[in-house]
Amino acid sequence: MSESINESVDTAVSKLQRLFKGSGQQSVLITLASSLAAVAIALVLAGILLWATGKSPFDAYSKMLEAGLTNDKLLETVQRATPLIVAAVAVAIGFKMNLFNIGVEGQYLMGVFWAAVVGAYVHLPSVLHIGLIFLVAMAAGAIWAAIPAILKVKKGVNEVIATIMLNTITLSIIDWLFQEKFRHEIPGQLDVKTKLLPTTAWLPDLVKNRLSSFVFMALVVVIVFWLIVYKSKFGFRLRASGANAIAARTAGISSNNMIVTSMVMSGAIAGLAGMTYLLSTSHAYGPTRPEGYGFNGIAVALLGRNHPAGIIVAGLLWGFLDSVAGPLQIAKIPQSIVLVIKAVILLTVVIVNEVVGRRVAKRTADRTAAQLTLPVVAA
Amino acid sequence: MRKSKRFAAIALVATFGLVAAACGDDKTATTTTAASGDTTASTVAPNADLKVGLAFDTGGRGDGTFNDSAARGADQATKELGATVDELEATTAEDRQPNLETLTSNGDGLVLSVGFAFGDGLAVVAKANPNTKYANVDGFYPDAPENVTFLSFAAEQASYLVGAAAALKSTTGHIGFIGGQEIDLIKAFEAGYTAGAKYINPDIKVDVKYLGAAGDNAAWGSPDKAKEIALGWYADGADVIYTAAGGSGAGTIDAAVEAGKWAIGVDSDQYLTAASPDQQKHILTSAIKRVDNAVFLTIKAFKEGTLKGGFQMFDLSNDGVGYATSGGYLDDVKDKLEAIKADIVSGKIVVPTKP
Repeated sequence: MSESINESVDTAVSKLQRLFKGSGQQSVLITLASSLAAVAIALVLAGILLWATGKSPFDAYSKMLEAGLTNDKLLETVQRATPLIVAAVAVAIGFKMNLFNIGVEGQYLMGVFWAAVVGAYVHLPSVLHIGLIFLVAMAAGAIWAAIPAILKVKKGVNEVIATIMLNTITLSIIDWLFQEKFRHEIPGQLDVKTKLLPTTAWLPDLVKNRLSSFVFMALVVVIVFWLIVYKSKFGFRLRASGANAIAARTAGISSNNMIVTSMVMSGAIAGLAGMTYLLSTSHAYGPTRPEGYGFNGIAVALLGRNHPAGIIVAGLLWGFLDSVAGPLQIAKIPQSIVLVIKAVILLTVVIVNEVVGRRVAKRTADRTAAQLTLPVVAA
Repeated sequence: MRKSKRFAAIALVATFGLVAAACGDDKTATTTTAASGDTTASTVAPNADLKVGLAFDTGGRGDGTFNDSAARGADQATKELGATVDELEATTAEDRQPNLETLTSNGDGLVLSVGFAFGDGLAVVAKANPNTKYANVDGFYPDAPENVTFLSFAAEQASYLVGAAAALKSTTGHIGFIGGQEIDLIKAFEAGYTAGAKYINPDIKVDVKYLGAAGDNAAWGSPDKAKEIALGWYADGADVIYTAAGGSGAGTIDAAVEAGKWAIGVDSDQYLTAASPDQQKHILTSAIKRVDNAVFLTIKAFKEGTLKGGFQMFDLSNDGVGYATSGGYLDDVKDKLEAIKADIVSGKIVVPTKP
C-alpha cells in the first residue's frame, strides 16, 4: 500500500520535474511563441489605436526604432531594465512557490531607505562598504517580506492582501522616519534627502552617467536565481510545492518552511532593486525616489514567464519602451501609447496562457482518461 | 487551474495599474489642447533659432496651478517671441534625467525644468552639456555650473500679504493655514502667512495643519482631508483659511462655501479658476506665484543673450509673486496691503521663511 503511494508520488514528482525543467522542448517553444505573439498582438492593437486617433502607426513605430536604437537610448534601455529585472526575479521566486509577492514595491523601498541610512554613517573601504550596503538592503527587504510569510503560515492570511497593505504601511513608516530622524538639510536646497553616502559607497558607472555597473549585480542575481531554482535541491522542492502543495507535502516537503524561505528570499532580492538609484544616481534617499519597480517587476516576471532568460528579455523590452516615451512626445505622439502597449502585452500574455493551458490540460486529461478507461473496458 | 486563475487575476491587477496611468496621461493631453486653444493675441512668426525644451515633472500640464502656470509662460513665449517649445512630461521619477537629455540632444538651446525634483538629473546633464542653458523652477543645488539658472520665488512674501489680508478681514481673530507636504518649500508659505497676520493683529490665533509628510504625494490631491480640517476650524470660530496644498485646496474652498466663510487660494488666482460663481463668493484672495512670468522672462533673456546663471529671485519687486484682487473683496484694505508691499520691497519689513 505504502509502496504504491510512494510510487505514485514519484511519478507525480517526475512529471512535475519534466514540466518545470522544460524537458519538453515543446513547452519551451509554446511559452516562447505565446510571449512573442502577445507582443505582436499588442503592437497591432496599439497601431490600430494610433490609426483611429489620427496618428500614423508606421511613423510612431519607426520613430520608436529610430530614437530607441541610438547608442544613448540603448544604454538607457539597459539602465532602466536593471532594477526591473531584479524586481522581476524577486517576484518570480514567489511565483515559483505559487505565492504572489505584490510587496516587492515596499520591500525595495525599505531596502533603499535602510541602506541609505546605514551606509551614510559607516566608513569602510569601498568593496566592503558597498558589500555592507547590499547586505543591509537585502536584510531590510527580507525582514519586510517575512511579515506576510509568517502571517500566512501562522494565521492563514492571504499574502496578496498582506503585501499590498504593507506597501502602504512602508510609505508611511519611511516618510515618518525620514521626516523625523534622517533629514539632512543643505541650505537653499529644497530637494532634501538623507545624509549623502561617502564616496566609498558610490558604485562606478560603466558608461559615464548612462549605465551603472550595478547591471553586473543584476546579472549575478539572475544567474543565482537560475542556479537555485533550476539546479538545486531546494529549487526542486520550491517548484514542486508551488505546483502541487499536497503532492509535495506527501513527499515530505514542509510547505510552511517553503513559504517562509521563498518569501524571505524574494524580499532579499527585492531589497536590491533600488541600488542603481542609491549607489549610482542619487547617493542618498529622498522623497524624489523612483517608484513602481515592484509593479513593473510583476509585469516583467509575467511576460518573462518567471524564467531567467525570459525576465532579462522582458525587462529589456520594458526598458526600451520607457526610454522611447520621451522622443515620442517630442514627435507629438502621445506617450500613453507606451502604456497601452505594455498593458495589452500583459492581457494578451494572460489570454494566450489561459488558452494554451486549457488545451494542454485537456489533451493530458484525454490521454489519461484513454489510458485509464482502456483496461477497465478490457476487464 | 487554480494557479492559472490567480495568475490571470494578478495580471489584471498589473494591467489596471498601467491602464490607470495611461488614463492619467490622457487627461493631461486633453488639457494641453484646451490650453493651446486660447491663444488670442497676435502671434509672432516662429523663430527657428529659438528652440526651447520644457520638462514637466509627473503631473504635467493640467494640474490647475503650478505646471499650468509654467505652460502659460511657454505659450506666451511661443506667441510673442516665436519660440519653438518641445514639451516632455515625466511619467516616473526615472524619466527626469533622460527627458533632460532627450531635450538637449533634440537641439533645444534652453532646457527649462519645472520642479526641484529635477536636481539630481540636472546636475549630471548640465555638467555634460556646457553649451546648453538650463533653468529650473524652484530648484537649487550647490556648486552648479554657469549654464544653470535657478528660478526662485519668494512665496513667503506673497503669503505675508495674504496673511495680512486675512487678519484685516477676520472678525473673530482666528484664522487657519493648511499645507500640503510638510517640506521647507511649504513651511515658507506658513511662515509668511503667520507673520503677515501677526503684523496686523499680534494676538491673532493661527491654526496650522499639514496634510502629509515629505514624499507623501497624496497630500497634493486630498481635497476631502482639507475640507474636513477646514470645516472643523470654521466651526471652531476661524473665518479665513489659506491652503497651500495643490489640488487639495479645492476642499477648503468647498468648506468655505458650506460654512459661509473665506478661503485663500495659492499659486494661481483661484477666483478665476473656481468651479462656480458660488465658490468665487468665498475666495478672498490668492497668493500668486508667477511661474509663467518667470518662464517667459527666462526664455526672453535667453533670446536676448542676457540669461545669467545662478539664482534668479522672483519676488514682489519684479512681480514674480503677488496677491490677487479678483472679486474686489480687498478693495477696502487694498491701500494698507500696498503699503505693506512697498515696505517689503524696500526692505523695511523682512519676511521670515521658517515658521
